Amino acid sequence: MIGLGLPRGFVVTLKNFIRPAVTEQYPDRRIGLFGAAKEAGMNPVRFLFSRPKESFKAFVGLATVPVAVKQSARFRGNEFVFFEDRCTACASCAKYCPLGIIEIVSVPGKIDAQEGESYKLEVFDIDIGRCMFCGLCVEACPYDALHMGTQFERSKYVRDSLVITKEELGAALKRPSSFYRPQFEEKTFDPFLEVIEDFHDAGRHERPSADELKRKWVDER
Amino acid sequence: MAIKTQPVTVNLGPQHPSTHGVFRMRVMFDGEEIVDVEPVFGYLHRGSEKLAEERTYTQVVTLTDRMDYVSSMLNNHAYMLAVEKLAGIEPSPRGVWLRMIASELQRIASHLVATGFLLQDLGALGTPLIYAMRERENILDLFEMLCGARITNSYLRPGGVFMDAPDEFWPALKRSLVDILNTIDELETYLSGNEIVFSRTKGTAVLPPELLINASITGPMLRASGVDWDLRHRNPYDYYDKVQFNRILHTASDNYARYWVRVQEMRESLKIIHQCVEQIEPGPVRPSFDEIPRLIRPPVGDAYVAIEGSKGELGFYLVSDGGISPYRMHVRASSLINLTLLRDMLIGGLFGDLFVTFGSVDLNMGEVDR
Repeated sequence: MIGLGLPRGFVVTLKNFIRPAVTEQYPDRRIGLFGAAKEAGMNPVRFLFSRPKESFKAFVGLATVPVAVKQSARFRGNEFVFFEDRCTACASCAKYCPLGIIEIVSVPGKIDAQEGESYKLEVFDIDIGRCMFCGLCVEACPYDALHMGTQFERSKYVRDSLVITKEELGAALKRPSSFYRPQFEEKTFDPFLEVIEDFHDAGRHERPSADELKRKWVDER
Repeated sequence: MAIKTQPVTVNLGPQHPSTHGVFRMRVMFDGEEIVDVEPVFGYLHRGSEKLAEERTYTQVVTLTDRMDYVSSMLNNHAYMLAVEKLAGIEPSPRGVWLRMIASELQRIASHLVATGFLLQDLGALGTPLIYAMRERENILDLFEMLCGARITNSYLRPGGVFMDAPDEFWPALKRSLVDILNTIDELETYLSGNEIVFSRTKGTAVLPPELLINASITGPMLRASGVDWDLRHRNPYDYYDKVQFNRILHTASDNYARYWVRVQEMRESLKIIHQCVEQIEPGPVRPSFDEIPRLIRPPVGDAYVAIEGSKGELGFYLVSDGGISPYRMHVRASSLINLTLLRDMLIGGLFGDLFVTFGSVDLNMGEVDR
């Protein structure tokens, strides 16, 4: 109907004007005076008189609280999670990486590797500056040693510091994403709150102990 | 009294907000009228086809994400079908249904972007674009649930997808389908009957169907001229023969027809997703690694598979020499081929219609240059 198109359009924009905003605040959200009083656990009036400086800050919008970002459990963040105890230095991840940015140097263990001792991992570097987070390395890992992480705030000033070393991976907070790891898909596991401390909890397969390996490869032969 | 003018050449781009990427046009104007257009592209060339030659078949998926970055799932889909044909892989049924759902969601997202930016080029600054983008965010959230990424998905693997959808995906999908339908209704309420949109888009850049067929244009551009050519119907791949949907046709072949076809196609995609959700059955999402190893070595030969992408026929041609990586990969990029009629569309038109026409082609520079 010619002539009604514009008014009908304005009704739509008006409807959208009053619907709640979908914008998500990141990294902080302003809380205002009442929010600040609630944070301090006080009555707003008492908060205003007892802490005038903070009240003024809250009033002009300087008081903020950090916001948890909505992510799905499979989110491929740029903090890798690595359990060295699970790693056998097979270098599947390095072979599967489309860009070849994972560097692995391994040496045979104390005794010869064929006699039941696993390879020792000397260097495990991921050049995260070139990584595109496709997750193929995680998919390739047969022992669930490498996981995608859920964290993503990893900006640096220098390009060289984007190379994550084995030590850095070991010291980092272990919050694995459930990408290609169906054992983390259970309802009880929340990848954003829980930290996996023990490497036994991280995998689908139990890694055989040194005794078992020795029995399998040495004693039973 | 006619004012005497002389032609002047204007250089548009490559860094121009209305060219949808890094695209450059040398346009010659005579007053308001466009006399000559020379497109210059190649600013985003990354050599994806060459890079594919030194990567294994699974690793190339990550490159296809970056070709048409507003419809990465469709690129993944086309590439994987080519690999499956080349290596003779029988896909798992649940994986096929899942990738059909993902592809149709991606088609809606891509058409939403196309519609939003077309209106942005018309001068409707912000509002329609933001409404369309808001709905696209919903779809990207669904992709994040499926595969952990929003744009560079890499969701498909030879023989299916890498992981089954999580439990929370299905209720979220159901909610999103309702939201998307509401958004399309809303979009049609304020745009399809809008007099300004009518006067700006109707009768501009009309292309005869013969010319479109001769230039091998495909997709919504061709269907807007009344040619019934949809590969999902003409040459069904995957399980598209098990779902029913209408083919959307318009006869005007102008900018409005192209916009209208895209909006109606979103509704058909929603229908297809509903049917996929009804027919999907539990099972493995990809063949086991005993059947199809991680490192595929297809027999010597070549394969070409084309799917109906969001912008037209999207084809992948792969040649194998029996090794672990493709000997040659060629992409039939629908954006590049749809761009070939740009001169015919623009010459004789007015300056104000230039970017509207350009937007109605719905091209993506990542795919044009690859």
